[in-house]
Order: sequence, then structure tokens, then C-alpha cells
Amino acid sequence: MIICIIGFIDVQVQDILRERFCRQQLPDRLEGVEAQHKHLLELLKRTAVHGESNSVLIVGPRGAGKTMLLKCVLRDLLEEKEAQKNLLQVHLNGLLQTDDRIALKEITRQLHLENVVGDKVFGSFAENLAFLLEALKKGDRSSSRPVLFVLDEFDLFAHHKNQTLLYNLFDVSQSAQAPVAVVGITCRLDVLELLEKRVKSRFSHRQIHLLSNPTFPQYLERVRTQLSLPDRFPDQEFCQDWNDGTLCEDKSVQDVLQKHFNSSKDFRSLHMLLMLCLSRVSVSRPAIRPADLLEASRLCFTDSKANMLHGLSILELCLIIAMKHLNDVYEGEPFNLQMVHNEFKKFLQRKSNSMYNFEQPVIMKAFEHLQQLELIRPVDSTAAKTQREYQLMRLMLDHSQIMEALQKYPQCPTDVKQWAMSSTELKETFWM
Amino acid sequence: MTKMLQHSGYEEERLQRVAELLPCREVQAGMLLSLMGQPQQCSYPSIFIYGHRASGKSHVMQVLLKELELPHATVSCVECVSVALLFEQVLLSFFGCDAASLLPRSPSLSDFVRIYRQHCSQTPAKQTRYIVMEKAELLRDTDANLLPALLRLQELVDDNVTIILLSEIVWDKFRPNTGCFEPLLLHFPDYSKGELQQILSQDKHPSYSAEFYSSYINILLGVFYSVCRDLRELRHLAALNFSKFCEPLAEGKVKETDTHKLWRNIEPHLKKAMQTVYLREVSSLQWEQLQQMEERECGALRGLSAHTHVELPYYSKFLLIAAYLASYNPARTDKRFFLKTCFSYKINKFVVDSRVAPTASIFSQISSLVTLQLLTKVSHDDQLDAPKYKCAVSMDFICAISRTVNFEIIKYLYDFL
Repeated sequence: MIICIIGFIDVQVQDILRERFCRQQLPDRLEGVEAQHKHLLELLKRTAVHGESNSVLIVGPRGAGKTMLLKCVLRDLLEEKEAQKNLLQVHLNGLLQTDDRIALKEITRQLHLENVVGDKVFGSFAENLAFLLEALKKGDRSSSRPVLFVLDEFDLFAHHKNQTLLYNLFDVSQSAQAPVAVVGITCRLDVLELLEKRVKSRFSHRQIHLLSNPTFPQYLERVRTQLSLPDRFPDQEFCQDWNDGTLCEDKSVQDVLQKHFNSSKDFRSLHMLLMLCLSRVSVSRPAIRPADLLEASRLCFTDSKANMLHGLSILELCLIIAMKHLNDVYEGEPFNLQMVHNEFKKFLQRKSNSMYNFEQPVIMKAFEHLQQLELIRPVDSTAAKTQREYQLMRLMLDHSQIMEALQKYPQCPTDVKQWAMSSTELKETFWM
Repeated sequence: MTKMLQHSGYEEERLQRVAELLPCREVQAGMLLSLMGQPQQCSYPSIFIYGHRASGKSHVMQVLLKELELPHATVSCVECVSVALLFEQVLLSFFGCDAASLLPRSPSLSDFVRIYRQHCSQTPAKQTRYIVMEKAELLRDTDANLLPALLRLQELVDDNVTIILLSEIVWDKFRPNTGCFEPLLLHFPDYSKGELQQILSQDKHPSYSAEFYSSYINILLGVFYSVCRDLRELRHLAALNFSKFCEPLAEGKVKETDTHKLWRNIEPHLKKAMQTVYLREVSSLQWEQLQQMEERECGALRGLSAHTHVELPYYSKFLLIAAYLASYNPARTDKRFFLKTCFSYKINKFVVDSRVAPTASIFSQISSLVTLQLLTKVSHDDQLDAPKYKCAVSMDFICAISRTVNFEIIKYLYDFL
């Protein structure tokens, strides 16, 4: 009986927390951005209720919570009856609407004006946009309904030809044509540099920055909030136990969170870490323990290239060591297969290792495999001119990665390890 | 081992079957299952699975999705030369052919998202939909907006969908300039030697015992493991060479337990395989034929590579030899030259020697040699009156060619004087 109840609970916990970490569910209240929230809400209210045109850019690094801020503001805005009745929304995304023609079609579609436009052909973008805004007028009032244009990935719109869409939208927001609010969301802090002079002059230069810089205690509090279950959770007792848990007070957990805090303070990487922890919650373990967080952190910080090096064959590993030696001696100058093979042959001669005495074509195949894994890359992309054995390449690994990989390599022969470490000693004695 | 795969959202016997189909991959399958969660719950918008070739990435995904009957669309980025194929495949798998037919001629990502949204509002996902993209590294070469958009598809279409990218290249090489939605990274480690032995031994031949096959795999790994750890290649080699291994047994010369004699028989054969079949110098069919006529004809293998397959006309061979000599001999050694790399004048030497008139057809053969990539053009396209070429063949090749015309090239090479 009890097992059934617990079984049900872990699913409920997962349901709620997954919505939060994966679907970016809106919290009831946004922490730390109250000023920005107020500013944006005021601005949009002026458009939606009072018919004033505005433009603003929300700027902040990836995962800072820009889209979430906008969504919260919209949710609060639409609680006003008048705004809800009148405001029209058009949501564009720079990744999807890759040119102005597509953007215009999308605007037409979102304003539900496809039938009104029909088969009309317009001379210019401006004409088309003016027509659309005019069409909105023929509602019940003499003045047009307010329209909110949200441009996600705003910087990508700046790469369109002549920045026509941006020019026209900002133009409308400056003129008294129709009450229009243009909200751009971008991760580029230098977004204004991307705008043409005539576009920039029509923009209000209003920017809302989300450059939050929490302290570590604030970050810990954020973790606690993100992990807590809401009050409306059915099992109150379990909810209380979960929320009172001392996970964040554990020393090892704090060390791990400090490491994450030092690398990035944004929400998204936090959500990824917490998602990995959440995936370990199950029927038999309906709680997040410190070990879960440590394991999740280890997964986040794992070195992918080192993982790939672990799976190379011995021959490929020897070639990488030979390349490392060449890099040490020639200070990072590019090399080709022939040079690498010669370096490898030196090792074979020294230790009389007939075990690794493979033919040139076999070595070539191993070399090509490394190229396919992009562990080595040709110096220039015009690779057709020279023969494959003589094409110059660069190694995309550094010294410490190779040495670390050698330590972890399963059953690495000792002579190979010694070869890897030998030349550095030789080099040191030489230069002394 | 089957204990690892447990999840309250899926039937136990199905999970058992999955575990049987995925030897040595229980940990990764378990990890994926826990990330996927209950079928009706949402999952992280994008997951990136990386690992060496033949480390089981596609296999695990396919087994999980098929056995647990989850709605999915598998797309290989190699097949999707144009994005339209990708969009069509996804819409077809999730919403049927009428959705796929709504796509315009050359659809943009905007069209795809719009149609997807339309259909998912009509038929919302009761279970998480998965889009699996194999060879995802090819996405980097398509439009710059495709990869970032796919990573956040869940947000763009507002549906319970998760993208899973499979690749052998690490994520750091995928990241666009201005960043993107970071997927969850999952690593599929390479199989250890023991695991390879275990998996390869499963392919045992019905008429021989498991230990016999196991010892064969042991020998095979002993020869090839230091060079190749790719499961697919090893399986192919195992299949090709097993009949040779069993030959002495079939002939009654040895017993199953005489491992030393069997080893002595197969080892040189495997070594030769490394130089030929492994390198694809010889096709598998040729290899099998060769094994049958091994004792009688020890002739040279007619390889697949360009070396043995290029048949050049008589004068072209001389042109090539002349090109090689011109490219590798320093100009000062021949006082008849006054242009360093242009070898047109070298031809005069042979023309004089062999009394052949330098006609236009001789010189047109130069352009055909360039097409064959035996010569490469090093001058600019606009210099029509004095084009310069370089010889792009190896020493072995040119020696083989000169042998066919009875010309001792060694005598003419500066480095060998």
C-alpha cells in the first residue's frame, strides 16, 4: 500500500520539476529583476491601454531569463481587461523568419489578415505593412488596435537585406500611424552596432539589461527556490519534508555549486544541472541526495575530448604522441603524415618494438580516422592540391589533455607512456 | 545486469527485452530512460549523444524507441541533402502524409514550424515525441539557423518534443558563434576489450561450439585490437575470415582444442587481411575468392586502389615520368632548362630521344593527366601561355609506371645518384 503511494509521489515531483527545468514554466514571481519587470510592464501598458508607440530592446547573455521576463510581463499585462481586449501580438523569431518576405507573411498570418490581403501585390514592404495596419483600423474604432511586435533573436534581423523589416517597424513606432510596440530580444550586447544609421535613428535607444550578478549566497537561495515544491502539492507532509531538506547546507554540495557558480551564473546551466539530479529521483529514492548532485556535476564538467581519446586504438594514440613531440620540438608548426610517421619510427627503433611496426597504409588509415574525429585538422581547406600524405595538419589537443588521457587509457603499455614523457625531459636537459 | 533497467513508467518485461538486446550498454540505456522519464512527462528539449563509431548510439536509441513504442522520427543527416527531406520525414512520422504534403516546394524552417504547430494543436502529444538525428555533425554545414532552431524546437512549436543528436564529434565543435540552447551531453564510452569479446562471441556459428568461436575472436582481437577498435569493422573481419579458421578443422588435420595449430594457420592470413581487406584495397568478394585459391596461386592481389587500375596510353606514361623528373630534380642539374618548374621543355628531351613529333595531341594528354589528378596545376587560370604543373604521384606509383615502359627512372633521379 505504502509503496503505491510513494510510487505515485515521485511521478508528481518529476511532473512539477520537469515543467520547471525543461519547459521553462513561468514562476509566480521573478526574483532579482523587479526593476526591469516594472519598466517593461509600464512601457507595454502605455501601448496597450493608452495607444502610445514604443520600442525597446531586452539585452542579456544566453540563459539570463529574457524570454521569461517578457512572458511574465505579458501575463501580468493581460490581466488588465482593456489590454486583453485590444492588444494584438505578433511573435517573430530570427531563426525562423530568415528574410523579410517570410517575416511579412508571418505577420499577415498572425494578424489573421490573410483573407484581407488575398492576392494583392504591393510595391514595397512599407506599403504592405501600412496596408496591414490600416486593415486593423476597420474594426469598431476609428483608431487602430495596438499591436505588439516581439522579435526574438533580434540581432539576426539586422542581417537581412537593407534591414527593411526593422526600418519599417521602427518607422511605424515613431510615426503616428498606429500604436505599435516593438520589443527586441537579443543576446548580443553590441546589438546597436549592427543597426544601420537610419534604423538606429528611428529606434528609441531604450534598452533593458539583464546582467544580473548574484552573490554566492543569492545563488544558493536560487538553487533552493528552484528545487522547492509549490504549496499546491497534494501531499503536504512530503512537500514539507522535501522543502526542509538540508541539501544546500551540505559542504560537498556547496563546493560543487561554487564551481558551477564560478563558471556560469545563468539559469539555463543551473536547470541542466538540476535536471540531471532530478533524473536520479525514482520510486526507490524519492529525494535528491548530495551524491546525486556530485554525480550530475561530474557529468556537466566532463572533458569530451578526453572521453574520445579513451576510445582510440593504440596505434592512433601513438600517432597522437608523435604529434605531441613534433609540436614540442617545432613549437606548434603544422605537420603531415610523413613527419608523424618518421617520428613514430624513431620510437620503434629505440625500443625495437616490432609489435607496432605497421605498414604505411595502415598508419594512413589511422591518421585519417583521427582527421574524421576532428582531432587533427588541415591547415587550409583547399586540400585537393597536395597528396594526402603531405597535407599539413594541426593537432587540436593540448599537452595536458594528452598526458591526462594517457593516465586514464585502459592498459596503456608502459613503453608508450614512457615515450610520451621522455622527450619533455630530453628537451629540458638540452636547453639547460 | 537486467537490474539496471528499471523504470516505473514502462513495463518490466519490455525493459527486460531491451536489456537483452543491448549487451554492455545497460548503464547508458538506464541513463537515457531516466532522462526520458515517464512517457507523458516532458523531457529536456535537446540531448546530444557523442561517442566513437559503432559504440551503440543509434542501436540503443532504436531499440529503446521501438521496444517501448514511443512516437519517434529517425533522420539520418547524410540522407537529408536538403532540409525539405528532414522536414518531410519528421512531419510524416508524427502526423502522417497529409501533413507532409502541406509543405511547399522548397520549405523554410518557418513553414515547417507553422505546419507542426497547426497539427500539434489538433493532435497534442500524449507521449513525448522524439526526433533522432544521426550523423548530426553534418548539420553544421547546412544553414546557420537550422541547428540552433532544432535545439529549441520544443519551445518554438510549444509541444512535448525532444531532439536527440548523435555524433562522433564533440559538442564544442558544434557551438555557433553567438551561442545557442545548450543540449544535455551524454557520452557513450567505447567498448573495452572484454566487452568486444563478449559481443563478437554472440555471432557464433551454429555448427561450432561457443568456446571455439570465442578462441577465434580472441586471436582476431589479438591481431587487430591495437589498430582498430571499431565493432563494425571487427565483425566484418570476423565473418570474412572464419571459414579460413575452420579449414584445418574441416580437413580433419586438427581438433577444436588445438589452439596453437589453429593460431599458426590463421595468423599470417589475418596479417595479410590487415594489409588488404582492412584497408579496402581488396573488396570482400575478392578476398573470399582469394581464400579459396590460396594454395595454388600466390599471385599479387589486384587491388582496388588507383595504383593498379590506371591504364595510361604509352605517351602519357612518358609525360608523367617527365613530369616526375622535372618536379623532383633541381633545375640546375639540367642545363637545358631555363624555366624552373615548367616541364614542357623536358618533353623535348624525350622527343629527341625517341623521335616523336611534339603534336597537339601529346600536349592535350597533359590536361587529361590533370583530370586524373596525377598532375596538379600550380599556376593561375589566367596564365594561358605558360601553365605550370606539378607531379602528384608517389615514388611507388612512378616506379610501377616506369617499369611498364622499361625505363629506369632511378638512374635519372638526382636524389639517387
